[in-house]
Amino acid sequence: MPDGSSTLPLVLAVDSGLLDIVRLSLIVSLAATALAALIGFPLGAFLALVQFPGRTGVIVVLNAFMGLPPVVVGLVAYLLLSRSGPLGFLNLLFSPPAMIVAQSILVLPILASLTRQTIEDLWSEYRNELTALRVRPMLRVTTLLWDARFSLVTILLAGFGRAAAEVGTVMIVGGNIEGFTRTMTTAIALETSKGDLPLAIGLGLVLITIVIAINAMAWGVRRIGEIRAG
Amino acid sequence: MLNRRFLIAAVLTVAVAVPVSAQEKSIVVASTTSTQDSGLFGHILPLFKQKTGIDVKVIAQGTGQALETARRGDADVVFVHAKAQEEKFITDGFGVKRYPVMYNDFVLIGPKDDPAGVKGEKEVTAAFKRIKDKGASFVSRGDKSGTHTAELNLWKAAGIDIAKDKGPWYKEIGQGMGAALNTAASMNGYVLADRGTWLSFKNRGDLEILAEGDRRLFNQYGIILVNPAKHSHVKADLGQAFIDWVVAPEGQQAIADYKINGQQLFFPNATAGAS
Repeated sequence: MPDGSSTLPLVLAVDSGLLDIVRLSLIVSLAATALAALIGFPLGAFLALVQFPGRTGVIVVLNAFMGLPPVVVGLVAYLLLSRSGPLGFLNLLFSPPAMIVAQSILVLPILASLTRQTIEDLWSEYRNELTALRVRPMLRVTTLLWDARFSLVTILLAGFGRAAAEVGTVMIVGGNIEGFTRTMTTAIALETSKGDLPLAIGLGLVLITIVIAINAMAWGVRRIGEIRAG
Repeated sequence: MLNRRFLIAAVLTVAVAVPVSAQEKSIVVASTTSTQDSGLFGHILPLFKQKTGIDVKVIAQGTGQALETARRGDADVVFVHAKAQEEKFITDGFGVKRYPVMYNDFVLIGPKDDPAGVKGEKEVTAAFKRIKDKGASFVSRGDKSGTHTAELNLWKAAGIDIAKDKGPWYKEIGQGMGAALNTAASMNGYVLADRGTWLSFKNRGDLEILAEGDRRLFNQYGIILVNPAKHSHVKADLGQAFIDWVVAPEGQQAIADYKINGQQLFFPNATAGAS
């Protein structure tokens, strides 16, 4: 069993390798969340504000996909990006961009679903105003997204948390290549399989610390923004 | 309008990120968990990189999965240990030529108190038989890896049809060597492992080597270039450069030099000739 006293030096001993791993984890998960937000925010707002046939179906599916198993997303992305797959010519498999795309697929339903809920709630508040002013639908989307921006930060964090914590997609699509596609979670899986449980636990603590730090920063940004916005 | 701008930004994000990975001089080697988990690659790849400037990206999978990855064209070289599967890979046209690289051996690992009484058994098949007769916990990789293949061959050689005779004592976990050792350590079960992974494994609990040395436990590794005729994007020159280095005296010496606690893990034997 790992004991706390031996964990820290072990983790520090990984030094530059560890920094690369942390950097890649952050880049991949942040980029995946950003990519998913670019699609998920407008999509969520659109679903909240625009009626169309099949809308309920789309909402139900998106809600269900919040719980997509990472390993399935990874497998599908692998089959698509494999050289024998339809997108093989892009030569993306086993590379960080492939990991970003796969994680963004995982995060997209979370962002879109939560955004839809938030915007729908906001819409019931703003409905009379915006309808009276005859604001065009597209402008309604941007207005409401802007007014919900502080709630959207929390939604982003939910998406980022999902991306940073998962191991299934990055393992399959990235391949856990040392110094190239190894992330915090795949490194933890690898050290566990080597029986080096103290190091695995140490890496886990580092990951949790980073996630807490990012959440604290986001919370601070949100507070400052709310105070400034009044 | 806004949507379109978002889409363009998204596409740009990906497009900018792509060339970074495409520029460098690198190959993808699909290999086994045993070579990775034992730390061998961590020892020899920096030497190869220093000499040639080629980055070797290792995907560590079981032998079966590694060959499948290569069949799909997602690797340039395979470095694995299950001769029959490797030869099929070549006769199916996916591999160019198989070079023997090195060997180590499998060892039968089990709990110190040894409920099946196999300690020191010279005939590994007899040991397997006793484990089955006693119904002692046995952890199987169950993942079509080289070690799994070797284990299935040993059951067969012991006259046991494991697919039919397995009971609750036989646990197929479908995972890598390290995971199998972790499982065996936690339930005090028997497990077949390659010596390299065992020597570098740190979570041993009450496990130790109980049987070793039988010629049936010989474990040969081979290296194969993926056939560029099947997959034209295979980096044949760089891949062959890696193979040439591994089987040349320099690479062979690097393999022999890799030791843990003074114990050599792999024994180079490329001179045995290609098949």
